[in-house]
Amino acid sequence: MSDPAKPDNLISVFVDGEEVRVRPGTNMIEAATLAGKEIPHYCYHSKLSVVGNCRMCLVEMGMPAVDPTTRQPVMDAASGKQKVNWMPRPTIACATNATPGLQIKTSSPMVKECREGVMEFLLVNHPLDCPICDQAGECRLQEFATDYGRGYSRFVEEKNVKPKRTKLGPRVMLDDERCILCSRCIRFCQEIAKDDVLGFISRGSYSTLTCFPGKELANNYSLNTVDICPVGALTSSDFRFKMRVWFLKETNSICTESSVGVNTIVSSREGTIYRITPRRNDDVNDTWMSDSGRDLFKQVAAENRLDKYALDGAPVTADQAVAEAATLLKAGKVAIVGSGRSSVEEQFLLKKLAQAVGNPPVYLVSRVQPGDGLLVSADRNPNVRGALVTGLINELPEQQLAKLAAAIESGAVKTILSVDEDLTLAGLTTDQLKKVQVIYLGTHHNSTSQIAKVELPVLTVFERTGTFINQQFRVQKFHQAVPGPAGVLNTLSVLGKLLALNGQNVTATPQGVWPLLAAEVPALAGMAFDTLPDTGKLINASTWEHLPYCEGKTLKYEPKKPAATAQ
Amino acid sequence: MPITEHRVILKYADQPGYTNTIDCYLQHGGYEALKKAVAMKPEEVGKEVEVSGLRGRGGAGFPAGMKWKFLDRKSGKPIYLICNADESEPGTFKDRQIMHKDPHQLIEGMMITAWAIQAKLAIIYIREEMPFAAKILKRAIEEARAKNFLGNNILGTTYSCEIIVHRGAAAYICGEETGLIESLEGKRPYPRIKPPYFPAALGLYMCPTIVNNVETLCHVKHIITMGGAEYAKTGVPNNTGTRIWCVSGHVQRPGYYEFECGKITLGQMIYDVCGGLHPGRALKAIIPGGSSAKVLRADERFKGKLRDGTEYNWSVNDIPLDFDSPAACGTMSGSGGIMVMDDSVDIVEVLANLNAFYAHESCGQCTPCREGSLWMKKISSRMTSGHARPEDADLLKNVADQIAGRTICAFGEACAWPTQSFLAKFKDEFVAKADNKPRKELRLI
Repeated sequence: MSDPAKPDNLISVFVDGEEVRVRPGTNMIEAATLAGKEIPHYCYHSKLSVVGNCRMCLVEMGMPAVDPTTRQPVMDAASGKQKVNWMPRPTIACATNATPGLQIKTSSPMVKECREGVMEFLLVNHPLDCPICDQAGECRLQEFATDYGRGYSRFVEEKNVKPKRTKLGPRVMLDDERCILCSRCIRFCQEIAKDDVLGFISRGSYSTLTCFPGKELANNYSLNTVDICPVGALTSSDFRFKMRVWFLKETNSICTESSVGVNTIVSSREGTIYRITPRRNDDVNDTWMSDSGRDLFKQVAAENRLDKYALDGAPVTADQAVAEAATLLKAGKVAIVGSGRSSVEEQFLLKKLAQAVGNPPVYLVSRVQPGDGLLVSADRNPNVRGALVTGLINELPEQQLAKLAAAIESGAVKTILSVDEDLTLAGLTTDQLKKVQVIYLGTHHNSTSQIAKVELPVLTVFERTGTFINQQFRVQKFHQAVPGPAGVLNTLSVLGKLLALNGQNVTATPQGVWPLLAAEVPALAGMAFDTLPDTGKLINASTWEHLPYCEGKTLKYEPKKPAATAQ
Repeated sequence: MPITEHRVILKYADQPGYTNTIDCYLQHGGYEALKKAVAMKPEEVGKEVEVSGLRGRGGAGFPAGMKWKFLDRKSGKPIYLICNADESEPGTFKDRQIMHKDPHQLIEGMMITAWAIQAKLAIIYIREEMPFAAKILKRAIEEARAKNFLGNNILGTTYSCEIIVHRGAAAYICGEETGLIESLEGKRPYPRIKPPYFPAALGLYMCPTIVNNVETLCHVKHIITMGGAEYAKTGVPNNTGTRIWCVSGHVQRPGYYEFECGKITLGQMIYDVCGGLHPGRALKAIIPGGSSAKVLRADERFKGKLRDGTEYNWSVNDIPLDFDSPAACGTMSGSGGIMVMDDSVDIVEVLANLNAFYAHESCGQCTPCREGSLWMKKISSRMTSGHARPEDADLLKNVADQIAGRTICAFGEACAWPTQSFLAKFKDEFVAKADNKPRKELRLI
């Protein structure tokens, strides 16, 4: 039904008389959003099936008048425009798709009355316990009651009593009295998590959300139900009663759990992170993330956090430690173990450092575990693609550093620079490590840091800024959410200082490194850190497409067959 | 003047000696219509039903022939026929009689319909509270299968179709056709949103499906026997055929009575057929089409113009019993359940009772009906327990107004119409409840 005069295949719909061009099949809620109008809704979620049960999105709908016999438009003599046939009854916007000439009234008296009615109904059996509810501040019930409600109650009967403080699973708590029965959580479990464990029991106003007998909501995506719950019915056991959401500072970040590169929001207050929630990116993670990814911030305040510079175990200043590292690197017989968890900028400077100290062999440690086909891929390093793109490595990393072990045994390597890798987990024995001098840049204590000659504490992903390249070869930015331990430098600064001691001066910030990246890495030409969109940018990956990557299919990723097996 | 029934569906049902076995049915000309139908082309059968003007007997009165025409035959998916035997509208008890006393008539009607729409499978969805009917139907199906009226290669044709009896789990909402389909699929009977889930296109298992009421399907048999045009001569134009009316309440002879549509008035039904009210009582109100229909007040008059232009000025007793006339009076013939109330009833009690039913049966899927039905119940039962407030009458009416027309299925209207009509017609009695009564201290919560 597209208009041939307008080749973009869009159709015109009219929201409160204002024309907006949308794709055919766009529903009224999305069409109104494009026109800058809000149609309030509870049960509708753009990534889930449409059920139309909350009735909050009722609007008035009209179609251009057509003569039923001649099929000709019926014109209005006064205005010269085609007449509109308004439907006598309100229509739900979520289940009505745009057709050419569709008319929507989002704030007529009838629509306002419908919303007031639905708001009143939703609140009559709601406990109104906002002062003790975790959802307060980000609660659709609060927001729409303020925006579209009557502001007073006519309800004098006793409210329904339903179960409270129900443990649905290890991470999700349910308060049935707050539940508005929108069924978003049920649909999420069925359609996205494929773990159909939630359902309603009882009828009518006594309907109650519950888990099937003998089951629990324990899948690794269970906390998404908390995110999409429009009210305070589902809450996170971890975040519950910890912090009022309006105090939280939100920082855009990227999940480092795997090479999917889930877009996240890190919520913190006064240097403490309280939770991680997914950030919508329709090309990467839609609006979801794994539960395991949400726990990663706990590494920030972990007991074994490395926060002191040390030389042979004795505390020194940062500059002393860096100077000692530089001396060791200059002495020759060096090997470098980079990391797929470093940012693109860090990997690039590490490569520059390698070049400055005579191109020693560079290794990377791979982390491969089974993927879940959704948002956790098999490659548990978030940025192996970055190491390839920056040229730090040319082949895919291996899990065991057998070649490095052999080089140690043969005496070819006397110094190892390890960037946040526990070498004892990568196939090197403690005895082997004792034969060499280890410079360890890391965030946490481990077996390698204990043996290390030089310990250089660095910052976690939540405490620094940079970019990762995910499995799709999408460059994505993450930002510093919290400051990190006092006096601890980030990896980029440490590498910058080491480069400076080798006679190269770079501005060791993402903004400072990106001009170099754009100039020296063809795939990143023309890009800059500040102009990189929050949803990331795909780069030309043709150089690296032939490599046999370990990832299988995930939500938005289809593995390309390596060239060797495709033939 | 005594009025005699015009029985078609229940012609033999109550005759002495008539049993629900296949032998008895065959002796009375049974399955001849099916033989006639399978000799016709399926579309010819559909055409006869269309010509007959048969309207659905389940409640909405939608033309059955038109419903069949909506069927999506191009999808290539199997077509299903469902017999809606979830008769649970308060005041309605006609389908039960058919299934108990003449099950083969239903089976024959279903097989003719199945042939007409070329259904792959036919299902009788029967309400849980009718265990005997389910048992009778199952036995009747076995009998019919033994005689090759259903099953493989029916009556020597290449067409095969089975009938399955599926018992519900006692929920009024399963009478709503999409709720019924969800229930058949093994889910909660949440009615589906329409569009897009019209059963004729996306019904059972997302396949084209026809859902017809028990009585409607029985009429199909008689349409084939008589021929559509001949059938259309019974009743009145646009309201063809006979209909079984279920009369309950304060009449001398409550029961089920079959008449031609439009050939008898409400007054005749109450006074001539059912023997009138109990001695010394006066008529107060009538609910003419099952509990969801809007109530009629005994002293109301209805003026207007019919479709053919004739003007009418009816009292309640003058309303012809068909589909269109009750609709012209602002109510509906619905499922044919006529509930008569004399002046002994407390109208607020009646509404409280109805509201309790709807609050209990609301499926809980969409907000207005889920919360509104229980709220209305709570208000009306409070009013009957001596705690009415003067403002309750308006509040009750307004709550109902917030439900009707805003829900996924017709249950919204079904639960709002009684309250709306009771308040519109008997408001003084609701207001009177609040007068001079000790009142519980109420505060807003």
